[in-house]
Amino acid sequence: MKVDAGEFAAALAPGAVLALAGLGLGAALAATLAPGEREALGAMLAPRATLLLLAWAVLAIALGALARRAYAIWVRQPARLAEAAQALLAAGDAMREQPLPAAAPCAAGARALADVADALARQRDALRADIGAKVQEAARGIEHERSRLAALMSELTQSVVVCNLDGRILLYNPRARLQFQALSPTAGAELVGLGRSIYAVFDRQLVAHALESVQQRLQRGAAQPSAQFVTSSRAGRLLRVQMAAVRDPSAAPGDAAQLSGFVLMLHDITREFEQDSERDRLLHALTEGSRSSLGSLQAAVDMLELPDLDAPARERFLRVVREEVRSMSARIQSLAASASESLKTRWPLEEMLGADLVQAAQRHIEARSQVRASASDVDPGLWLRVDSYALLQALASLAARLAEEFAVARVQLRLRREGERAHLDLVWSGTPISTETAMGWETDPMTVGDEASPLSVRDVVERHGGAFWFQRERARQESFFRFLLPPAQPQEQLEAAALLRSDSRPEYYDFDLFRTGAQARELGERRLVDLAYTVFDTETTGLDPAQGDEILQIGAARIVNGKVLRHECFEQLVDPGRSIPAAGISIHGITPAMVAGQPGIGQVLPAFHAFASDTVLVAHNAAFDMRFLQMKEAATGVRFEQPVLDTLLLSAAASPQQASHDLEAIAARLGIPVLGRHTGLGDALLTAEIFLRLIPLLAAQGIHTLDQAREAAQRTWYARLRY
Amino acid sequence: MSRKPAPQANSAADGEGSPVNCKVLIADDEPNIVVSLEFLMKREGYDVSIARDGQQALDAIRRLRPDLVLLDDMMPLRSGLEVLQAVRADEAVAGTRILMLTAKGRETDIAKGLALGADAYVTKPFSTRELAERVRRMLSP
Repeated sequence: MKVDAGEFAAALAPGAVLALAGLGLGAALAATLAPGEREALGAMLAPRATLLLLAWAVLAIALGALARRAYAIWVRQPARLAEAAQALLAAGDAMREQPLPAAAPCAAGARALADVADALARQRDALRADIGAKVQEAARGIEHERSRLAALMSELTQSVVVCNLDGRILLYNPRARLQFQALSPTAGAELVGLGRSIYAVFDRQLVAHALESVQQRLQRGAAQPSAQFVTSSRAGRLLRVQMAAVRDPSAAPGDAAQLSGFVLMLHDITREFEQDSERDRLLHALTEGSRSSLGSLQAAVDMLELPDLDAPARERFLRVVREEVRSMSARIQSLAASASESLKTRWPLEEMLGADLVQAAQRHIEARSQVRASASDVDPGLWLRVDSYALLQALASLAARLAEEFAVARVQLRLRREGERAHLDLVWSGTPISTETAMGWETDPMTVGDEASPLSVRDVVERHGGAFWFQRERARQESFFRFLLPPAQPQEQLEAAALLRSDSRPEYYDFDLFRTGAQARELGERRLVDLAYTVFDTETTGLDPAQGDEILQIGAARIVNGKVLRHECFEQLVDPGRSIPAAGISIHGITPAMVAGQPGIGQVLPAFHAFASDTVLVAHNAAFDMRFLQMKEAATGVRFEQPVLDTLLLSAAASPQQASHDLEAIAARLGIPVLGRHTGLGDALLTAEIFLRLIPLLAAQGIHTLDQAREAAQRTWYARLRY
Repeated sequence: MSRKPAPQANSAADGEGSPVNCKVLIADDEPNIVVSLEFLMKREGYDVSIARDGQQALDAIRRLRPDLVLLDDMMPLRSGLEVLQAVRADEAVAGTRILMLTAKGRETDIAKGLALGADAYVTKPFSTRELAERVRRMLSP
């Protein structure tokens, strides 16, 4: 136990004071006494000097102990209390485990003070925990709402893309992703992605113009300002784009012009537009073409009416009439042949899988009548363009009438494709009905139970630009009503398949990108955590591109805002245009059969280049992969000019003491499970995980920015060279 | 300016009521309409010439200086509207009276034709009697 100077002084002080007082008293006495008396006193005291000294010593020790205790109580303890309180003030909750050291002996006032300080600290900690809990709760709430929004978006059948003012994508839904895939000559992964620029798809000026008009409308006080534009994509699709503003919620209510981003809703109108133009063209041909002919006809007829016409002139005008009538007939004929499809079906029809419609019809019929309905001979791949509800009503009403009037107990539904049309049949056995009855049913308003519809079956059929009739198959003793319906392109099957692949919760949004603005700083000065990366890996036929080795596969993943976007990957096999050495096949597993029919590097590299645009490239032993990419610069015309980071070198910079920096060793060190190695994408994803965990390790070494990381990598590279 | 009611077509055969010796150019690539127009205009007593396309029409206007042109719009080489603009821009023939006689019958087409300087705009089909009347009025001093 250490004794501090103050305590020591306090303990000695009473003894010293007593000694001084005794000596002083002695001196004063001596001065007042006569020499004889002095001697007598001396003689009297001398033999008792030991006693006096002893008494002094006892008193000094007793008083010293008292003084020391007083010091402890009045000086040292309050000082310790103050120190502890100070620490309490500075420290967080970790310190709270130790109570204030008030248990040591101290004055009642100090103890009370200590208790109060302790209570205050407790109160503060409770408040702090409370705030923490509230913040967490709020964050959870926000996260919850965000995922609800994302879920909602993913269900929308309309394409939605949300961007910040820089045009960076913060959210897109699966529909938008599909739409962009249709826009792109390749897979479209390079067009839509979190943090990507929307200007890769749309002309910047066009978007800026729309944004400006939205802003103007906002300033004029429009409640829901939006703008529209139509644009065509590089792949020739025509898109109608509706833009709405995302207002900055923190802006003052009066300050309407504060935008923080915009929402784009996309609608592919290529087909509608083609149909409209075709309709226009036909209409135009019909009106103006006919006008000319009618003009000639009318003039010739007028001339023919003249009484003084001679025979040759009459013949001449008759010939005009004949010719024009013939040409008009031909025109109408060809028009009728070509126009029937596009001139009809103005009614908004939806595309639906035929099998789904049949299934719904079965339920609809059975729920509304006594008839048992079954399906047979249903083409599983047939898509229809239908007004499904009206069609279900028509089927149910027909089935109900069959049951009521002809006691039909079971019906069958058939659906198949016949040329350009689909046949939807309502079939029953026995009890044939007369054609007149069938005609009546076609034109009567539909009723099923208490549900009456103003529509007749014929109305429903006309809505579809279709046809309807009753037919008998004597051989099979069957009768059926047949609906002739327009089929649809089976494109949505692809979409459904694409949607199914999203197993986990997709990363289709990242609202944190709203905050990134002001990125004017040089790329090199930006922090590693803020940058977007394309982490990639190539599989190759061998190790030396200069000796003719070629890329077999490119796999890449994106990192935006410190997250690996597993739904925005790039994975493409490449036809190397040469043989694949057997030695390599055991490593990468890519056989000649797998690359047969795959695109060549000339197509894949530009797509990968677009995928990686605006990002920093990351690869493990990047020099190897970059060499292969650079060898192809001349042939493909794409250059990878963005910065490149190498996880091998960065790992060496982050943990210089480690001997091995191969992918598996680093993964094991950082506790990353290794799955699916040696596929381009598998390695890229692993590298991405490693890279994300290297960033904090690098920060611990004082490496924060891209430039610093590149310098560090270079140093380790030279360091490794020396070994 | 008041006018006599239009005479019957047959009574116009002898040229009575129409300004005689007026030159009329018919510019149309459709022979079936030209045949009737030519017959009609000759019957009205005019000196008729024919152009089969826009370029011929412009050349004929410059060469023959017709008093009136019946001008179709959709013709090879030059459209009727191009011819119209060229005529109005050429000082020597700018005063030529031009009647557009075309199958383009939309409001916008008519407005455009008149704005570009057509004196009249008639859409096909038309009544020959009314056309003859109109031509006669346009050629009256």
